[in-house]
Amino acid sequence: MSKNNTIAVIDYDMSNMFSIENALKNLDLKTIVTSDYDTILSCDGAVLPGVGSFPEAMKNLKKFNLDNAIIDFIASGKPFLGICLGFQLLFDRSDEIINTNGLGVIPGEVKSFSKLDISLRVPHVGWNKVKKLISLDRGGFNEPLNDIDNDEYFYFVHSNFVLPLNNTYSYTSTQYEEFNFCSSIIKDNLFACQFHPEKSGKQGIQILNNIFNNENRKI
Amino acid sequence: MSLAMRIIPRLDIKGPNLVKGINLEGLRVLGKPESFAKFYYEEGADELFYQDVVASLYGRNSLHDIISRTAKEIFIPLTVGGGIRSIEDISKILKAGADKVSINTAAIENPDLISSASRVFGASTIVVNIEAIKQPDGSYHAFTDNGRNSSNKEVISWAKELEQRGAGEILLTCVDHEGLGKGFNLSLAKKLCDAVTIPVVIHGGAGSQQHVFDLSKDLPISGIAIASLFHYHSIIKNRQIDGYEEEGNIEFLKSNRTISNIAGCSVTDLKLFLFQNQIPCRV
Repeated sequence: MSKNNTIAVIDYDMSNMFSIENALKNLDLKTIVTSDYDTILSCDGAVLPGVGSFPEAMKNLKKFNLDNAIIDFIASGKPFLGICLGFQLLFDRSDEIINTNGLGVIPGEVKSFSKLDISLRVPHVGWNKVKKLISLDRGGFNEPLNDIDNDEYFYFVHSNFVLPLNNTYSYTSTQYEEFNFCSSIIKDNLFACQFHPEKSGKQGIQILNNIFNNENRKI
Repeated sequence: MSLAMRIIPRLDIKGPNLVKGINLEGLRVLGKPESFAKFYYEEGADELFYQDVVASLYGRNSLHDIISRTAKEIFIPLTVGGGIRSIEDISKILKAGADKVSINTAAIENPDLISSASRVFGASTIVVNIEAIKQPDGSYHAFTDNGRNSSNKEVISWAKELEQRGAGEILLTCVDHEGLGKGFNLSLAKKLCDAVTIPVVIHGGAGSQQHVFDLSKDLPISGIAIASLFHYHSIIKNRQIDGYEEEGNIEFLKSNRTISNIAGCSVTDLKLFLFQNQIPCRV
């Protein structure tokens, strides 16, 4: 994959699409903001951004047939990035507001910080450290955290966290006060994170570059 | 291990210019906001806060273009305030590239706006700015329109109400301390932190790195919004201001002076100082 390839920014009427668009453009990538199945599948990479509530997001994804577009795009083997709510939606279900089924791509569920037994300031907003749990051979894919220091700070803003069923796909963890949570997952061509690479300064841009601009990638 | 202290340069905007006053009054033109924004981003700012300081007064919001231009080259969160009165206003500001909006006057006039905005955009998008001024009886009241009009709302109970209504963050501006460079209002900051469980950002009073340390060392605040300390340093560093519009009070800018009781420093210097003094910081 080389520069000037086109990245679909999946539009489901929920998000500030502009931040991720600006960040991708900064890397000389073309972007298309779209809700169209065929357009998404024809792109070289795709991003599922997300701000808002889980139930509303799932409703909109289904309304636009984007649940199928996302699952089929991930199956195509091309690089896929989920951010924040776009990370949470990949799991089986969430108890935000009302129990809602997610896309079920990654086994596990989404929980609220406020329902924990410990007192945390919620939302978890600001810069926190991301600790890499595994190094892996991604079959030619760059690792998202290539050329980034372990324990680097990234920008978070969320009230819910993911609880994977097992650690098979957990890529990084982050500690909020005394509480550890999974801050990103990786599964072949799929990378998704709770933090916002597009809002995390130069190291965030580096992640996007690692995912979408790897000219030596095998596929 | 926890969140890093957020160091947030605050850029007050009037028309096309970056301005700065004292106690939110007496605005002087300092230069182009985009140049300062880029400079602070390069220096490692954790977030930027834009406030249109005359928007509420004139019912306008001229920030959209400045935000759009900034968002294209700056990849940290942008919080924008000034003249935001409706769900539609919030939507427009977010579409221009802001990540969060800061609301004061409209929250006081119509508290339901905070409840509905929180539902529509998510709590973390909605910051409420409380402009606190000390009253003769020692209590603090929330003011609107950059400290011009009293709301008769007591600050702490107002903050609690805002939390109940779904605000995601409180930005406390201590107007009596603002622009003076004599330090923060520590006791009010503490009362606010004790009263709410949402993140708290403090603004108003930084005159030195030590002042910022004094505020951050004991209190569970999430961030500090800083204007003068950074702006006056930036002016000294960039004597060749890259042009400014001939609008507003530019005498200060032309005079080449700074403010005597503000020991200006860079964002990098301040974060390094805090880090060396055991305040978690992204350096």
